[in-house]
Amino acid sequence: MLEQKQKESTKKPMSIWEYANPTKFLRLSARLLPVLWICAATFIVGGLIWGFFFTPDDYRQGSTVKIIYLHVPSALMAINAWFMMLVSSLVWVVRRHHVSALAAKAAAPVGLVMTLIALLTGAIWGQPMWGTWWAWDPRLTSFLVLFLFYVGYIALWQAVDDSDAAADLTSILCLVGSVFAVLSRYAVNFWNQGLHQGASLSLDKEKNVADVFAYPLYMCMAGFILLFLALVFYRTGTEIRLRRIAALIARERRVI
Amino acid sequence: MMPDLGKYENIVISAYAGALFLLCVLIAVTLWQGRRVKAQLNAIEARRDD
Repeated sequence: MLEQKQKESTKKPMSIWEYANPTKFLRLSARLLPVLWICAATFIVGGLIWGFFFTPDDYRQGSTVKIIYLHVPSALMAINAWFMMLVSSLVWVVRRHHVSALAAKAAAPVGLVMTLIALLTGAIWGQPMWGTWWAWDPRLTSFLVLFLFYVGYIALWQAVDDSDAAADLTSILCLVGSVFAVLSRYAVNFWNQGLHQGASLSLDKEKNVADVFAYPLYMCMAGFILLFLALVFYRTGTEIRLRRIAALIARERRVI
Repeated sequence: MMPDLGKYENIVISAYAGALFLLCVLIAVTLWQGRRVKAQLNAIEARRDD
């Protein structure tokens, strides 16, 4: 009887929640990370070389069109990093898995840098094309607010000593900030007085950029997504180890 | 080797330099922190095993 029960329990299908176990997560990430780093480097280097050296100038924008290979992928990740943080935060709020909260914490600095790259490359492109570094356009403004939310989110993690309380508070902040992540994606569609153009790539084929620019752009986008995954897996591992260090030190103090 | 970027050469180069610099800093800080924390944890676990 017992044997049969054991057999049944070993047959249980693998569940995603198993990776909420820190040890299992670290084992999985050790296996995945080499592949992720190599693929990310290949796609980013390949996409940028293709875009920078082997694409023609645009008839209106001249060579500044080459900035798209950095601007669009970083803006894509700036918004989606926040959504990834939102999902992990909600998993933390509902299921109390520490790895999930730590993954959100680990992703924030990556999202912050992506937002900064999007703002920086946008400003550099805007100067010659729009005649200004900055405009209080709906999309630009919501991106700036998203950037400030990233800063606030990271600061809140640092400000609260109790890690569970910090995870709770940052989860709520993440939920509120999602409004601006959505706005940075869609504001351009419903506030038509903005300067920023519509989506460069969408499933609606008629509006897309020409294929000659689109293919290297797809490659850079894939590279940025892979780089984000690699960084988040690696950084989550670091956060898990930091948590373990804190627990071990606390235990040592109790023994003494 | 270098493509002709015309009058926007400085603009394009500075966008690439700025973005790649930020990416490199992010990756470097991530790896540096990761290695430091790994070494610290190994040291504490070795101390416990003693």
